[in-house]
Amino acid sequence: MSDAILQLTDVKTHFPIQSGFVFRKQTGTVKAVDGVTLSVRRGEVLGLVGESGCGKSTLARTIMQLVPTTAGTVVLNGKNLSTCTAAELLSVRRGMQMVFQDPYASLNPRMTVFATLAEPLLVHGLCQPGEVNARVAALMRLVGLAPRFMQKYPHEFSGGQRQRIAIARALALEPKVIIADEPVSALDVSIQAQILNLLSQLCRKMNLSLIFIAHDLSVVKHISDRVAVMYLGKIVELGPAADVIERPRHPYTRALVSAIPTPDPDVERTRQRIVLAGDPPSPINPRAGCAFHPRCLYAREVCKAAVPPLASDGPTREVACVRLAEL
Amino acid sequence: MPLLNVTDLRTWFHTRSGVYRAVDGISFSVERGETLGIVGESGSGKSVTCYSIMGLIPQPPGRIESGTALFDGVDLLHCTPKQARSIRGKRVAMIFQDPMTSLNPYLRISEQLIEPLLIHEKISRRDALARALAMLEDVGINDAAKRIHYYPHEFSGGMRQRVMIAMALITKPELLIADEPTTALDVTVQAQILELIKKMQRELGMAVIFITHDLGVVSGLCDRVQVMYAGRIVETADTRTLFHSPKHPYTRALQRSIPSMQAKGAELFTIPGMPPDLSKPLAGCSFAPRCEYAADRCYVENPQLAAVSATQAQACLRVQAGEL
Repeated sequence: MSDAILQLTDVKTHFPIQSGFVFRKQTGTVKAVDGVTLSVRRGEVLGLVGESGCGKSTLARTIMQLVPTTAGTVVLNGKNLSTCTAAELLSVRRGMQMVFQDPYASLNPRMTVFATLAEPLLVHGLCQPGEVNARVAALMRLVGLAPRFMQKYPHEFSGGQRQRIAIARALALEPKVIIADEPVSALDVSIQAQILNLLSQLCRKMNLSLIFIAHDLSVVKHISDRVAVMYLGKIVELGPAADVIERPRHPYTRALVSAIPTPDPDVERTRQRIVLAGDPPSPINPRAGCAFHPRCLYAREVCKAAVPPLASDGPTREVACVRLAEL
Repeated sequence: MPLLNVTDLRTWFHTRSGVYRAVDGISFSVERGETLGIVGESGSGKSVTCYSIMGLIPQPPGRIESGTALFDGVDLLHCTPKQARSIRGKRVAMIFQDPMTSLNPYLRISEQLIEPLLIHEKISRRDALARALAMLEDVGINDAAKRIHYYPHEFSGGMRQRVMIAMALITKPELLIADEPTTALDVTVQAQILELIKKMQRELGMAVIFITHDLGVVSGLCDRVQVMYAGRIVETADTRTLFHSPKHPYTRALQRSIPSMQAKGAELFTIPGMPPDLSKPLAGCSFAPRCEYAADRCYVENPQLAAVSATQAQACLRVQAGEL
């Protein structure tokens, strides 16, 4: 795809499990991300959903090169990040910034808002020392904070305001891609809506691409153009957000959608719910075949044999299920 | 007679930076076998309400300024410690939000499961262990005979929450207080835990107070809901009425800000501003500064809960005056 700003090809991130203290040896591998191919277009919001432990955050960290990739390539704006030197990475990272889940943990409590927002500007030499003040004030206004709070510390702000500071910090370098790792799950419903509105406004205004990671499907459906569903390190379904969530195809997506409680008592009490048994399996030496088969309602012998590839299902959607045609 | 009847409960925290009126004069009751949902944002006082009933408020800085909580005729707020101990953990049990921090990491779960039995019932260790094992199987832990000897860290988040539910239910309580038990869990695991609570409630016939900020969870589980804002109850109704004809502007706003209720692509509805600072005494309605319908008198007069119908009551002056 020519207009893809970020292209992942068969990305794998494995972590070794070691045992022993003196004679350390590798006794296993955690396949946190196991073969993800994905592209993000300019100005697109891509939602990434899945249960905890499915590898969504590791994928985000892999894209940011915060953890080394085991295999595959991450190409940002035509530049392969896996082969960059450390010096090159510094400048490439300008194009890509991250917003973390917990605004209570991701801001340095000893730095004022000004210091937090000025640091990236100065590190990257983006503005003259004399202009820093004006740039920081502009950034604060951009995310809906009054510049008069510039000299305050994070503990003086509420959760929603802190998340705004974190977003301003990510925007300071004028990135092309923002990766937001569960940016609203630590916030209350009424504050969530404010942050979601802010993110989608900013994306439109600045033509940003956003990778929005969440486990709340209703939030993802609202904000994203396309959504990717992850299960145990692999993408099992990919397609336009509303389409995937209203008409899920993969058995896992169906279960996930059916697990969301609807805020309508009449619907909630009459509908048939698929309750998945058990927990997500461990990514340490997973079983052969489709990773979902031990919990899948439709699993057959064939599912235990081979890992189903992500195959296209109609013009816009991709699903990884062997029995797709039969379901 | 209701199983639990709370009247005019006020729990204030006296801190160096002022007096926080976390719960400020609330009254409600729970019938036997009923599920009551308490909904509100963080800081609205929903947890403090339940902690007050359970006697878990650290005093100081907390202080229960007024009120009674009659559980089957015994005032939990003013009874002797001995009376309280005979009820708490036996007839009233509680489960908490975070199963990671509310289980003791140093004790095998077998020890933690039988503790309430050994305290409240004349039972041998052996019989208690047998009951604990049966309870673990009831809450859906496979291979319970082996896993009962595990430590909490050997379980996943959902499994720990099951262990905590087993621990709370082992004495067959008449009232279970669940403080956001599914907030830290994945949606799929949340669905499992909600089904489990429903199943156990059917089997034991207990009443449940379910605290949450998720209106979706409430809609499937609760018979009645009360909405709290800044330490007060602003609206209470049976679940269907609350969802289909909410009266109080805060309830309406809360409902409108759920993403799934809104058209895709449209700007999400937001409630402007932030919840009030509870350390400052509030004149008038606590929601007035954020309310799109606020009139002058909303900042002066203190609204009281007034019945709309037999099952619904709300505290908005303008709705009560028939203006909205």
